Amino acid sequence: MILECKDLTKTFVGKRAVSNVNLSMEKGRIYGLLGENGSGKTTWMKMTAGLTKPSSGEILYKDHPLCYRDKAEIAYMSTEPFYYDYMKVEDVGQYYQDFFEDFDREKFNGLVEKAGLENRMKVRNLSSGMGAKLKIVATMSRKAVLCLLDEPLNGIDYKAREEIISLILSEAGEDNTIVISTHLLEEVESFIDEAIFIKSGEVLKVADLERERITSGRSLTDIYMDVM
Amino acid sequence: MEYSAGTPIYLQVIRELQKKMIKGELKPGDKMPSSRELAVLYKVNQNTAARIYREMESEGYCYTKRGIGTFVSEEENMFENLKKEMAEELLKNFMHEMKDLGFQKGDILCQVADYKEEQE
Repeated sequence: MILECKDLTKTFVGKRAVSNVNLSMEKGRIYGLLGENGSGKTTWMKMTAGLTKPSSGEILYKDHPLCYRDKAEIAYMSTEPFYYDYMKVEDVGQYYQDFFEDFDREKFNGLVEKAGLENRMKVRNLSSGMGAKLKIVATMSRKAVLCLLDEPLNGIDYKAREEIISLILSEAGEDNTIVISTHLLEEVESFIDEAIFIKSGEVLKVADLERERITSGRSLTDIYMDVM
Repeated sequence: MEYSAGTPIYLQVIRELQKKMIKGELKPGDKMPSSRELAVLYKVNQNTAARIYREMESEGYCYTKRGIGTFVSEEENMFENLKKEMAEELLKNFMHEMKDLGFQKGDILCQVADYKEEQE
């Protein structure tokens, strides 16, 4: 198991952002973390990325309690941009290279080109779609074992979304695990192995989508409407 | 590619690839996309891509040369048979639906003969 959460809970003043979550994730699969805004997706991701501590419960990474060393193998892409306005695309590459040992600069340059970006471009001048692509390019240029992508498809046009999905799928493989949080069901339905439905901090259901289609003929939206 | 909801994705992609074989867009002996390319092309995950090739191989539509890739089967009559099978299935569904509406085979034949193809 690459990741296990046991009774994972995070409480903010008076509010349970994540409540008794039990989950396990395997290598070589793509997981969709599905739920409305404020359902606890980001809080779960931040805990799994080691950025914020659980109030109670446990996170196991490769069968040991998650610790700071594991951050070297876990890539987290936040919703908000994580680079500075004055940077150029190539500076973002350098910035990442300085931060992460598993960052592959050549791969970054290749993906920059593939995404229709240029090293010379100023971050300040990027459209929202381009900015979103740059975030994915930087994140996927790490050889991370676990990739946590927080709302990679949000707030951008159709074409940029399709390009981002292609980038993710060209990097997903049997050696890594990818978690994508989103509320855009139709966009991710064809390629998500397992859907995790989260509401008010609780995981309501985990569904193997292809198995559901084979056994009950239910689509992702059918299951969503059923459990949420 | 547009998928219909609730039908297994791997079957829908297999059907699409089979059509390409029938139409000659994928010819006997042609190299097929790598499973990674297939994943990007059809917006599927690696597990589905692997399953697609596994199923198609077990049915003889393609074969894998280790370390080189997956290739379209060179048995041409296989695709002739496939074409017949697909046509039969379409016809069966059509006849079934028409009979459901109360048409007899004779009526249907007349209608087919009179049918004017839609201008595209």
